[in-house]
Amino acid sequence: MNIVILGCGRVGSTFARMMHRDGHSVTVIDIQSEAFRRLGAKFRGNRIVGNGIDEDVLKRAGIETADVFIAATQGDNRNIMAAQIAQRVFKVERVIARIYDPVRADRYRQLGIVTLCTTTIASGLLRDFVTTNEWGLDKDYSAEYLRLNV
Amino acid sequence: MYVIIVGGGNVGYYLAKTLADERHEVLLLEKDRTRYRTISEELGELVMQGDGCEVAIQSQAGFGRADAVVAVTGSDDDNLVVCQMSKMEHNVPRTISRVNDPRNEKLFHELGIDATVSSTKIIYNLLEQEVGGGEVIPLAALNRGNIEIVEIEIGAHAPVLGSEIKQLKMPQEALIISILRDDHAILPSGDTQLEAGDKIIVLVRADQEHSLRDMFAEE
Repeated sequence: MNIVILGCGRVGSTFARMMHRDGHSVTVIDIQSEAFRRLGAKFRGNRIVGNGIDEDVLKRAGIETADVFIAATQGDNRNIMAAQIAQRVFKVERVIARIYDPVRADRYRQLGIVTLCTTTIASGLLRDFVTTNEWGLDKDYSAEYLRLNV
Repeated sequence: MYVIIVGGGNVGYYLAKTLADERHEVLLLEKDRTRYRTISEELGELVMQGDGCEVAIQSQAGFGRADAVVAVTGSDDDNLVVCQMSKMEHNVPRTISRVNDPRNEKLFHELGIDATVSSTKIIYNLLEQEVGGGEVIPLAALNRGNIEIVEIEIGAHAPVLGSEIKQLKMPQEALIISILRDDHAILPSGDTQLEAGDKIIVLVRADQEHSLRDMFAEE
């Protein structure tokens, strides 16, 4: 798959490394070039420095041929706008935005953008664990993360 | 009219003052506490501290009864989300967004924003206007951009100079609604003659704009 990822923070960079290791074609966009350090030495995908709500930057990152677009910057509104550009202007088939604010995550989900609200996911997992002593995730991704470095 | 302005920079600040002077009910929302303290010293109760994208803040600020929400922060993404959330959550009848990157105007209209203002584009248009006669300068868009109101200055060498309006071969879907001559606005009739320096105001379908340009441009 062709994957374009906006935001090279912890989530963006880890996802980029996972998908790259699995053999996909990955491009990461960040406004600061220092952020690409998080990708580590083994990452061979593309790195684009620029503003992710600028259509020219998205084009340089190959959004016109992308199968998947992920918006995972620190800014909810930036992610929301970038996701809408990917969906409406570039007709990317799968568009996913990380949104911290649960209300915005819900409303934009209704507009057809897949939204990942880490606030409600983490809170829900914690609540379930504290009340039932059962951990809601069957999979532990941390082992996989550690293997990325090997 | 109850108008809520989001973003207490210079644009928001002066807009709030102007509307308040015109006796409209105004609320200015500013996220940054330091900036909020500065402007609230002057504007007092008109300013509220909070993030205009948050639904809780929107409810507190009375977005539900607002006649218009105007987003004028320096970030296009924040302005977009303020306007979209106002529509989705509170059904605000009119949302107006400042657009810093003029290329975003089209996108914002597609995404449901009622009106956009781009100072970049306005300044560009003014510069174009200085260049000479015959330029078609967009003044406003109606019906989401289908119909435009444009201004055209008649240059000293314009081919239409001296013509009467009824002699002009105007595109079918274009209407001259006024002529600005020596600081007066004229409601023209068919016999009105065009003079150098006239600015004609035309209502035109956006896709006909180029034929106007062909008609009035200097050779």
